[in-house]
Amino acid sequence: MSDTAQSGQPLPAGVDGLVHDWQADQQTFKGVPWAKSMMWIFLLSDTFIFACFLVGYMKVRITATEPWPDAAAVFALPAFGIDVPLLLIAIMTFILISSSGTMALAVKYGYERNRNKTFWLIIATAVLGASFVGLQIFEWYKLIDDGVRPWGNPFGAPQFGAAFFLITGFHGTHVTIGVIFLLIIAFKVRNGALEEERPGFLTKRRGRYEMVETVGLYWHFVDLVWVFIFAFFYLW
Amino acid sequence: MARLGHEATSYAPPLEMPEMELVHPKTFIGKYVFSQDAKVIAIQYFITATSIGLVALVLSILIRLQLGFPGTFSFLDPSSYLQHVTMHGMIMVVYLLTALLLGAFGNYLIPLMCGARDMVFPWLNMLSYWTYLTAVLILVASFFVPGGPTGAGWTLYPPQAITPGTPGYDWGIILMLVSLAVFIAGFTMGGLNYVVTILQARTRGMTLMRLPLTIWGIFMATVLALLAFPALLVAALMMLMDMLAGTSFFMPTMIALGEQTGYEDGSPLLFQHLFWFFGHPEVYIVALPAFGIVSDILATHARRNIFGYRMMVWALIAIGGLSFVVWAHHMYVSGMNPYFGFLFATTTLIIAVPTALKVYNWVLTLWKGNIQLTVPMLFAIGFIFTFVNGGLSGLFLGNVTVDVPLADTYFVVGHFHMVMAVAPIMVIFGAIYHWYPKVTGRMMNDTLGKWHFWITFIGTYGIYYPMHYIGLAGVPRRYYAYGETGFIPDSVISLNAAITIAAIVVALAQLLFFYNMFHSYFRGREAGPNPWNATTLEWQTEHTPPHHGNFGRELPVVYRWAYDYGVPGARHDFIPQNVSPDDVETLPEGQEVPAR
Repeated sequence: MSDTAQSGQPLPAGVDGLVHDWQADQQTFKGVPWAKSMMWIFLLSDTFIFACFLVGYMKVRITATEPWPDAAAVFALPAFGIDVPLLLIAIMTFILISSSGTMALAVKYGYERNRNKTFWLIIATAVLGASFVGLQIFEWYKLIDDGVRPWGNPFGAPQFGAAFFLITGFHGTHVTIGVIFLLIIAFKVRNGALEEERPGFLTKRRGRYEMVETVGLYWHFVDLVWVFIFAFFYLW
Repeated sequence: MARLGHEATSYAPPLEMPEMELVHPKTFIGKYVFSQDAKVIAIQYFITATSIGLVALVLSILIRLQLGFPGTFSFLDPSSYLQHVTMHGMIMVVYLLTALLLGAFGNYLIPLMCGARDMVFPWLNMLSYWTYLTAVLILVASFFVPGGPTGAGWTLYPPQAITPGTPGYDWGIILMLVSLAVFIAGFTMGGLNYVVTILQARTRGMTLMRLPLTIWGIFMATVLALLAFPALLVAALMMLMDMLAGTSFFMPTMIALGEQTGYEDGSPLLFQHLFWFFGHPEVYIVALPAFGIVSDILATHARRNIFGYRMMVWALIAIGGLSFVVWAHHMYVSGMNPYFGFLFATTTLIIAVPTALKVYNWVLTLWKGNIQLTVPMLFAIGFIFTFVNGGLSGLFLGNVTVDVPLADTYFVVGHFHMVMAVAPIMVIFGAIYHWYPKVTGRMMNDTLGKWHFWITFIGTYGIYYPMHYIGLAGVPRRYYAYGETGFIPDSVISLNAAITIAAIVVALAQLLFFYNMFHSYFRGREAGPNPWNATTLEWQTEHTPPHHGNFGRELPVVYRWAYDYGVPGARHDFIPQNVSPDDVETLPEGQEVPAR
């Protein structure tokens, strides 16, 4: 698809190019595959979901009458006999950020048609994502063990547990869905469905390597959202 | 060589995209049930939305029976009255208007008018419909669960919505929130398809500024929906948590039924902000497609190019942008910071500028046009009246000081029914009469259509005009009965009875419409491919109704905008979008277009 678009006249640079594209026929984003543009627009919509969640969280936190629990104390993890604040969450964040790195490499090798490396890098991304979810489950378990509930907790304002479980839960669901899609794409890469453009099982759309990039976009987004959740829940 | 038409060029840009991959099933189920053809999906959306809309219509008659003749009907108790009000509002706004304008008209018209073979992701499009149907079924299920559907009002304000004692506290509210979440998921699938199809899958020569205004309206509305529904989703999830997990996002510390509830410290105002951040754009999600469709109907049936096309497009974009910064004008009496009222009143009144621009342009399109008073045209003109009426009463409610005494009275009911119920419904009827020949290949009956129009148009004034008076008298809305109330004069009582009779007449008149629709499907006059002599691409298809894939072997190439009506020097009074300037039939020098 991108080949045909580039075969025409060269596009003007800068703002002129933008105006040219929006004035043109057929495609507004020249040479951008449908799935990729759709993913970008979906992510914009999803951004609004997380923005509403975080604004709601800020609102209940600001108007809470009881003191807000101290994040450093609540999220501390004992290591070698001392409570290290934010230890677990630092590891989780590190894992998720690293998975963005492996994903970016997977996209690069995908476009180079290096099936083996692409497959293993996507698998690495999925494993990192799954371990993030696993650690999150551990974190939830620990908090529940400490007496934190959606309706109250021993450390202060009851909205702490409510917002925490709802928002990290929603994000964790996003990561889980991402892992499932990563695994599907990984096996499509491995059995050559993308290379041979075999039709998909459900949608009957032909496979193509852009799928790796599309699922990658989603993955980077989930990662970016985590940075905001991390900042608002653990550092504020 | 004559170059007839507005900015028409004979240049056809090279093809940039490969053919779409379409699935052509052989079985009946594949063709008509689990179909991936946008046109079939559109009809599925239409049937589902209309069916659930008829339920809401019956509910509205039940509401009116109680208000017009209080105490006469034993099957209407206070609880069921509140449930009827709630379900009527929610069904009409979300499950009927949104689904019909975007799901049905969007699916049918976007690929055809853009010159595409289908939506970009047909399978996702199919999934969108089935998710929508699931949402509707969940909603319908709430009529049959213990306690019935929720009676919290369509705004579902907490704390009332999830406090014991409110009708539907047991199951109704849960099913309502789940249904909304499912609806949003389904809509997102469809909406992404609409946006990407319009942006990335137009035919050769179809630039954004050559799109018919129908597509512009649907496009802007879909963008609004994709950005506004997230707020409703978040509100619904948080309220579900409050209901099921005992959290206190929206629930303050309070006493209900003599006992302290387990909630503490939540913020009901947060819900109102989230709800109206969705709720106000929702008004424009319904209005913008109607704006677009009515522009095309007016231009086609007045045989005149739309006045100020570019400004019409920019007005749609401006209204869409502004609709995100006015939401708190629904909350003037909520107890929020009064300075907010000043800010939101200002932005609200600014919206009147692009909206008035559109109304002027519609009227100027009619000016000196060769107006054909067809049924679609009647409905389009009717829309201008009802919309201007509702818009003017909106100016009253947009100002804080005027709104405070009018808030929660029948003035508000009259206003929003005029502007976002009757006006879009007028356009929907006009659009059905306009596109029915393309969908079925037959014309609808003209006489029945005119009866339908006049009864509906005059009848709706009979219903909603008196409500403004009742509201000014201070009668609050959503009350089951007013009892012995000193400030309510007798005239209000008799007006309420008159409104109810008008409402029943209008509801019965819709039977004419449905009879017309079914009867014409079998007995209607053969329409031919282009009965209205319209310019847009859906009328230029090889087959009527169009087959799967919409166009023949070759996609049409677009050489001009959608409004070349009555071009001086051309033999016919319209030039379709896919006619090259080199191929336009011209008249000999000095000869005029013959009057029709």
